[in-house]
Amino acid sequence: MIARAARLSSLVAVALTVACTSYYEIPIETPIRAKLDTGPFQRVLVAGFIAGGADDVDSNLETTRLLRSQLRNKSDLRVIDVDVLPLMDVASDGREAEASGDGGLPPVIKDEKDIEAYEHVFANVEYWKKVGEEFQNPLIVTGTLLFVERTNNQVVQREVEMFDDLGRRRLVPTRNFVERKGFALNGRFIFIDGRTGAQLHSQSFGEQVMYSTQQTTPALSSYFELMDRLIPNFLSTLSSTKVKGTRILLQ
Amino acid sequence: MTIVGPIFTMISRIVVVATLLAVAAGPAAADARDDAKKQVEFGIKVAQKGLWREAIIRFERAARIDPTYAAAYNNIGIGYEHEGDLDKARAAYEKALELEPNNQLIKQNYELFKEINDRTSRSTQ
Repeated sequence: MIARAARLSSLVAVALTVACTSYYEIPIETPIRAKLDTGPFQRVLVAGFIAGGADDVDSNLETTRLLRSQLRNKSDLRVIDVDVLPLMDVASDGREAEASGDGGLPPVIKDEKDIEAYEHVFANVEYWKKVGEEFQNPLIVTGTLLFVERTNNQVVQREVEMFDDLGRRRLVPTRNFVERKGFALNGRFIFIDGRTGAQLHSQSFGEQVMYSTQQTTPALSSYFELMDRLIPNFLSTLSSTKVKGTRILLQ
Repeated sequence: MTIVGPIFTMISRIVVVATLLAVAAGPAAADARDDAKKQVEFGIKVAQKGLWREAIIRFERAARIDPTYAAAYNNIGIGYEHEGDLDKARAAYEKALELEPNNQLIKQNYELFKEINDRTSRSTQ
């Protein structure tokens, strides 16, 4: 009731503003500059990811493939096609030398904490410099990925039709718990300068998609749905884009 | 009792002077708004033809003529947004909302602007 009143009053406010003002709707295109200067690079290497979570999707391989194909179509950089780098092994090698006993790294990544244990690999300047030398100093794209199943309960308010003793109809609001399930994709894209091995830029992300429990959605299609949301932001890091919209000019 | 008389006289004088000033400033303010409106009107025409730089010049001129003209700042915000200068756009929208905090059209523009601005800066470290 309060929400409806608030909505109504905001509509009235808009109507009053519109009535008192001359206004013109106008299309605009906002240019968004690339966050990263790719000028010094001719080539890009999507090296692979420290990835884990749901077993149904190999998020490392799928993301590498998807980003390479997007970059091939929407970037001026030449995409290097090689096998994904064994980043988990590289991270483990470093740790085994340092640590005693089991080396300290979880063999399978299940959550954020497991990913954190591998993060040191991105700071290994010597390793990335070596990779850069091998592939003629490209821009290197790597990072972390965690694709996991999610479930949650949500309170949904619905109006139920009821009739009183006199047969008069009325709508009674009722609240129900609805269970939902889906997937979440969290992580970070890391951009490394292949000439120096240093990190140039990093971009965290987190998206989730939820469905009702009756709906059966394969993990892979949920993964692509989530990546579809992330890709524009990823591409806008490397190349300028334009966002179309409309605004109201006032007189 | 002896103090109340002079204080009352002084207050009456202040009220009279303030009223006279307001009456004198009224037509001047109205003139400024009229001049500013002409600039905005022209700015809108050129913006509709895609000449955004000229439009921004006109909107800024309007804001200089009448610094209380919220519509001019709103339009400057749109102009800078179109030019990709998001810092200037934000400043202009915020000034417009400072002048007219309840203007729903300015609020709507600002919300849409913030959505784009947040998208560009979101999750970047």
